[in-house]
Amino acid sequence: MSASIAQLARALRAHETSSVELTQRALQHARDQASLNAFITVNDDAALQAAHAADAALAQPDASALTGIPFVHKDIFCTNATRTTCASRMLENFVPPYDATVVERLAVAHAVSIGKANMDEFAMGSSNENSFFGAVRNPWDPTRVPGGSSGGSAAAVAAGIVAFATATDTGGSIRQPAAFCGVTGIKPTYGRVSRWGMIAYASSLDCGGAIARSAEDCAHVLAQIAGHDARDATSVDRPRDDYVASLSTPIVGLRIGVAREYFGAGVDAGVGAQVHAALRQLEKLGAVLVDIELAHADLAIPAYYVIAPAEASSNLSRYDGVRYGHRCADPKTLEDLYTRSRSEGFGAEVQRRILVGTYALSAGYFDAYYLRAQRARRLIADDFSAAFNQVDLIAGPTAPTTAFKLGEKTSDPLAMYAADVNTVAVNLAGLPAISLPSGFSEGLPVGLQLIAPAFAEARLLNVGYQLQQATDWHFREPSA
Amino acid sequence: MSIDPSSLRHVARLARLSVAEDDAPRLAGELARVLDLAERLAAAPLTGVEPMAHPQAHTLFWREDAVTEGDRADALLALAPDARAGLYLVPKVLE
Repeated sequence: MSASIAQLARALRAHETSSVELTQRALQHARDQASLNAFITVNDDAALQAAHAADAALAQPDASALTGIPFVHKDIFCTNATRTTCASRMLENFVPPYDATVVERLAVAHAVSIGKANMDEFAMGSSNENSFFGAVRNPWDPTRVPGGSSGGSAAAVAAGIVAFATATDTGGSIRQPAAFCGVTGIKPTYGRVSRWGMIAYASSLDCGGAIARSAEDCAHVLAQIAGHDARDATSVDRPRDDYVASLSTPIVGLRIGVAREYFGAGVDAGVGAQVHAALRQLEKLGAVLVDIELAHADLAIPAYYVIAPAEASSNLSRYDGVRYGHRCADPKTLEDLYTRSRSEGFGAEVQRRILVGTYALSAGYFDAYYLRAQRARRLIADDFSAAFNQVDLIAGPTAPTTAFKLGEKTSDPLAMYAADVNTVAVNLAGLPAISLPSGFSEGLPVGLQLIAPAFAEARLLNVGYQLQQATDWHFREPSA
Repeated sequence: MSIDPSSLRHVARLARLSVAEDDAPRLAGELARVLDLAERLAAAPLTGVEPMAHPQAHTLFWREDAVTEGDRADALLALAPDARAGLYLVPKVLE
């Protein structure tokens, strides 16, 4: 069984193992499970060097729970001197001259990055099939997707290669792959984790976070990566809670709103049943279940698939073949340089979203699409505010189904978008949410999503921890 | 809705993306389907609702108008596909 971060930290301090040994094991494990395609880059030399430094740092008084522990960064976080591709041909050879804030914070803690995790190109996707470097396979069933866009992060944790992974969530990209792979994923409040050096997709939605086996492990990672950063103008200057200390708080009397819209027609019966089983477990622990309504939940997908592409079309205009990234061969004119570099550099889904976003923002259509979507966004956020007057958390299935087959939805973008039906609203409102393993339906993991008011990450982790003290779903591992 | 070939070409031009002639019908169809999804918003009670651009209501903080980074021109130019003498190179714009 994979050890928790706390267990690894204890073993390191007791000299039962070393960071070098853990790192060598993780690297070996990554090689043994290369068929998952969870990694875009594995960096043996840099990892072992960092592990040696971590072993020395363990003796220091400021060593953290993450010191010496191997992990993987989603390949959306810029890493100084290590190529950062965002799973795109556009950035196939991009080697950033700086570290993202999240990267810096984990490096300061002497956590040991073994490489960069595969993902959907520019974080656009719900299956990890949109990667220039090929699809990732789900460790529970290699004929199925791991979810996306942080599919490599979730698969690497689920396969036991690393204890945790960084990830990002614009519309569900931490929570949905965590659910599909049977691990825990936390998407913090917008602005809680710095976006500096995190390659932009939709800037009013993008959120850095973590995937790990348990809520306790996520608490250790979030404690390290959350915090104010003057380099990100949307980073929130407010002290972070003590996520680890609050894990053990009893949840007696906690009111959990069960949103009936999240159990709608598209939700598999097996998924719904498992989520209800998890909720009954929380009830046994003293939580009170309250039936609630999120009246405009059905507007979330249409609003998201206007707002996110609109912001993407603007953000991705920076890839012009001039300053960095892919450049076409032998450009004839400046326009030819832009157009061919972009058409060659971006994959099909990225181009589709750029075109949708450009259309929605173009003269004559702005009011009908973008402005309307922004108004719907307000209604969705107001629904949450009203619900949180009644309850402390909101619950539902993270995803309507378990992991689907590779190739099952690639020919139909709308079928793929439907996988995000229960996750995108959270990003539109900027709220924190967690996906917790909640058992299995036909042998495949099911995720329970809990949503909290802004900056109540500690409550999500606390409830997750309490659930995981009473259940063993998060300990289950796929047979290798 | 449907998107005619000239609208598709117009949007692609704005986005600086090329659309192959034989790929245009498929792409136009996919775009129309995504935009149809957005059409569901037309029936929503949105009149008078304040648009929400961002989860944070407050205005961004201001920082001092001062240089915060040193000269990293060489490191940044090293990323460019084509650069010379401290300049990014592109095809000639003026003859």
